[in-house]
Amino acid sequence: MGANIPNGIGASPRRKEDQRFLTGAGNYTDDINIQGQTYACFLRSPHAHARIRKIDTQAAAAAPGVVAIFTGADLAEAKVGGLPCGWLITDVNGQPMKEPPHPLLAQGKANHVGDQVAVVIAETYLQAKDAVELIEVDYDVLDAVADVATATQPGKPQVHDIAPNNTCYVWGHGDKAAVDKAFAGAAHVTTLEFRNNRLIPNAIEPRAAVAQYSRSEDAYTLHVSNQNPHVERLLMTAFVLGLPEHKVRVIAPDVGGGFGSKIFLYAEETVITWAAKRVNRPIKWTCERSESFMSDAHGRDHATKAELALDKDGKFLAMRVNTKANLGAYLSTFASSVPTILYATLLAGQYTTPAIYAEVTGVFTNTVPVDAYRGAGRPEATFVVERLVSKAALEMGIDQAEIRRRNFIKAFPYATPVGLTYDTGNYEATLAAATKIADVAGFPARREEAKKRGKLRGIGYSCYIEACGLAPSNIAGALGARAGLFEAGEVRVHPTGSVTVFTGSHSHGQGHETTFAQVVAERLGIPFESVDVVHGDTGRIPFGMGTYGSRSLSVGGTAIMKAIDKVVAKGKKIAAHLLEAADSDIVFENGNFKVAGTDKQVAFGQVAFAAYVPHNYPLDKLEPGLNETAFYDPTNFTYPAGSHICEVEVDPETGVTKVVNYVASDDFGNIINPMIVEGQVHGGLAQGIGQALLEQAVYDYETGQLLSGSFTDYAMPRADDVPSFKVDTQVTPCTHNPLGVKGCGEAGAIGSPPAVISAIIDALKDLGVKEVPMPATPYRVWQAIQSARA
Amino acid sequence: MYAFQYHRPASLGEAATLLGKLGDGKALAGGQTLVAAMKLRLAQPSDLVDLGGIAELAGIQADGDALVIGALTRHADVAASADVRKRIPALAHLAGGIGDRQVRAAGTLGGSIANNDPAADYPAGVLGLGASVVTSQRSLGADEFFKGLYETALKPGELIKSVSFPVPKRAGYAKFANPASRFALIGVFVSQAASGAVRVAVTGAGNGVFRSAELEKALTASFTPDAAGAVKVPAGSCNGDLHASAEYRAHLVSVMAKRAVAAALG
Ligand SMILES: Cc1cc2nc3c(=O)[nH]c(=O)nc-3n(C[C@H](O)[C@H](O)[C@H](O)COP(=O)(O)OP(=O)(O)OC[C@H]3O[C@@H](n4cnc5c(N)ncnc54)[C@H](O)[C@@H]3O)c2cc1C
Repeated sequence: MGANIPNGIGASPRRKEDQRFLTGAGNYTDDINIQGQTYACFLRSPHAHARIRKIDTQAAAAAPGVVAIFTGADLAEAKVGGLPCGWLITDVNGQPMKEPPHPLLAQGKANHVGDQVAVVIAETYLQAKDAVELIEVDYDVLDAVADVATATQPGKPQVHDIAPNNTCYVWGHGDKAAVDKAFAGAAHVTTLEFRNNRLIPNAIEPRAAVAQYSRSEDAYTLHVSNQNPHVERLLMTAFVLGLPEHKVRVIAPDVGGGFGSKIFLYAEETVITWAAKRVNRPIKWTCERSESFMSDAHGRDHATKAELALDKDGKFLAMRVNTKANLGAYLSTFASSVPTILYATLLAGQYTTPAIYAEVTGVFTNTVPVDAYRGAGRPEATFVVERLVSKAALEMGIDQAEIRRRNFIKAFPYATPVGLTYDTGNYEATLAAATKIADVAGFPARREEAKKRGKLRGIGYSCYIEACGLAPSNIAGALGARAGLFEAGEVRVHPTGSVTVFTGSHSHGQGHETTFAQVVAERLGIPFESVDVVHGDTGRIPFGMGTYGSRSLSVGGTAIMKAIDKVVAKGKKIAAHLLEAADSDIVFENGNFKVAGTDKQVAFGQVAFAAYVPHNYPLDKLEPGLNETAFYDPTNFTYPAGSHICEVEVDPETGVTKVVNYVASDDFGNIINPMIVEGQVHGGLAQGIGQALLEQAVYDYETGQLLSGSFTDYAMPRADDVPSFKVDTQVTPCTHNPLGVKGCGEAGAIGSPPAVISAIIDALKDLGVKEVPMPATPYRVWQAIQSARA
Repeated sequence: MYAFQYHRPASLGEAATLLGKLGDGKALAGGQTLVAAMKLRLAQPSDLVDLGGIAELAGIQADGDALVIGALTRHADVAASADVRKRIPALAHLAGGIGDRQVRAAGTLGGSIANNDPAADYPAGVLGLGASVVTSQRSLGADEFFKGLYETALKPGELIKSVSFPVPKRAGYAKFANPASRFALIGVFVSQAASGAVRVAVTGAGNGVFRSAELEKALTASFTPDAAGAVKVPAGSCNGDLHASAEYRAHLVSVMAKRAVAAALG
């Protein structure tokens, strides 16, 4: 690869989309206003668990401006179904997971604080909100269960009758017998017990939707802040509302961040789509920040016990993992797959561990549903692997880099014992690069210098891997996916040679309008400025699966490449006609169709023109027009991987941890736009460091109340919480997609938490500290120091 | 937010009269607490009396051995004031560490101490310097002004006009910010007057700002960081919550006192 044109592959042009974002010209869902629009406000349960005896809407209905009020009873009467779960997990006994109903509005029982109980539709938002306060609900408050570690014990309050002991599934993965055998013969076993803290996504743009029904067309238009409009439409029409898909257009316009939380089909947009026809008025709903804390799907929340068996030289023999994963009160769209398929399959990490067994219990609790959040399962897996490895090295007195090198996978393709086949990688290269950039050799001196200032300095490693580019549909299907995971791309060449690309991928911060344009411009040899990218509208784009799991470039980009191939193939035939040569003699180079070995050529733009003004055209053999669509289903996942080295300084007096140096050397395969990649890594690192040091959704385990329900109590990372990152890339091109790309959107969040935690433990090891919990807040670090000293 | 009536009087007298008359009225200063509470529907005043048009409330004046700061003076203006930085640098430092740029540009001294948030910074400065709070009706010593959780000695309709800070020989403020809100998880303000008298005010620890008798005693004997650090503050004087236990807060009081003294000594 390499740029043949300005702003082609490998260049870092300014992002096309930033012009509108930075000048306030973005068009977000809340910016959309439709003539005659009404506003929705939801009544949410203040209780974590309560039977609803009676809902009295009389006073609310009489309040000024109220257009309609709906409760669960209205939806039941209209035979509106509940929200579906997109992934079926089969348990250790071959039984399907328990799938309790996930109603749009509570049916007789509220199951978490923030559960939707009723909706008011009014002329203004304030009128709707005022009327919500007038709805009287007679709640019979029940005992609640919120702690994932204990929720499956007998005698706990039951969230759903059909899921005894709050168990959705107990799922096993790997060869248990082989693992048990390896442990029996191990020279050393390292054990780890920890919580992977619960996170609240907090995209800067809250969820929002505007639903409209047209009586003249008997059709709906839904604008919604979402990462995958076609999936949203399919789930909503086919599984909930029973509407024909062609009568529903879903538009996800500019979206201000998703991080996974906007993949899912939520109740609110579904209710207002249904209600838009009932009231025959457009309805807008915009989530308030306080509401988003208790209604956007949360992330992580695992309680895990993990063990690593090693031989006397520190070679990994086997790994055993037992995880209780909080699913929350209901199964959100991909909830069941995150702590299973996207988690246990990654437990080999970068290592040749021959035997791995994981058992995962999916647990219902009276908390907000938990689903995919940046990294989705892979940060959790990476934390297990990398903390085990770091702890084992410390216990066995082996250097942190050395123990990793001894166990690295070195030959590819490599089939792991947990079901994946890594196509390529070079883990030594990223570790070597990170070691050099981090100046590991100079660390002891820096540690001494810090000591003189009363600070304890530590260094931590994380060599992560992730499976991206979801997903080969046949593999996903065999594992329980209820949807395909291909992507679609359409390349529409205009008569004068400029191009519009329609992609099923969705950009909500990733910069696709720039990256995809670079790819297309490079491949067609046309100016970057001549390519526009359209996404996020089921009325314009072919059926595609959207953006999550760092899949856009590897899967969506490949679909575009395939469409380009078709454009070029057809262009060659047109050029052959224009140049009076045989089809097979035409080559396409730098934007020109040439007769091989001659100087006869015709530019891409001329071919495009001929396709649309076919005066001199092989009409007997070829259709006019130059407009091609391709669908691409990947043959494997992609496997971005890298090495992160984190250096921290801990103030032992207060427990404050400062990340003073952070190096990430990542292998994302080929890089299209280095600036955008760097930005993605920075954002991911900030989120990962946020998880490691700051962020924590806290529930009162007795009452199920969300104690960290606002930014006053939920600590988001700020600019001064992170250092100036040093990022590097090493390249082994992906072997199974034409761009050789792997994906970079989640790596930062996946790799960083264990690097930070291990660095803190390294800083405190001389005080006898062996573990610090996540998030390692000053208070908890201070506690760890106190208990080590005690 | 619920609907309310808006008023913008031109004098303190007029503002006080309005507030006396209006049943459920509230003074509006920088709005950094009040407006947020209204948006969350936690406060629902019938009327807002905006103090923003009252010229006499803003500004910083030297008055003999004191600095008099108008109630409506913004945090950013106190932080940037050459007078404050020269005469009570600890106070400028305190104001410069409140919230973020936007909050400091809008929030006011009067609003902060009238609100008396148990984790706010200014109450520690006012109490730690033994300042006097001048109201539309009287002058109150800091020791009688703060009355516990969100409570002050202000009577309904009584407005803060200014705060008179005696210029100390030296003073220091050390804040341990709550990682989420960045209010004070613990803030300790120490001052030593020309007479040698030491005051130590602690914010963030309990239900409201308080003076620490143990720390004042130790620092009166020896105004050194080590003397402060050696004081074991009883955990019983502190609150525990999801951010910190009472023990950790008590520990931080000693540590922050030590750092405040170090700052005071420069
Ligand atoms: C994001 C954020 C971060 C913050 N961080 C901090 C922090 O780190 N440390 C900190 O100390 N504070 C912090 N604050 C609070 C901030 O300092 C506010 O400025 C302060 O609490 C209130 O001042 P105000 O001028 O905005 O008052 P307002 O919100 O307008 O009023 C607050 C209360 O005081 C009353 N009042 C106002 N003026 C007078 C007066 N002259 N006489 C009598 N009563 C009056 C009002 O009626 C109201 O009840 C933060 C606020 C925000 C929004």
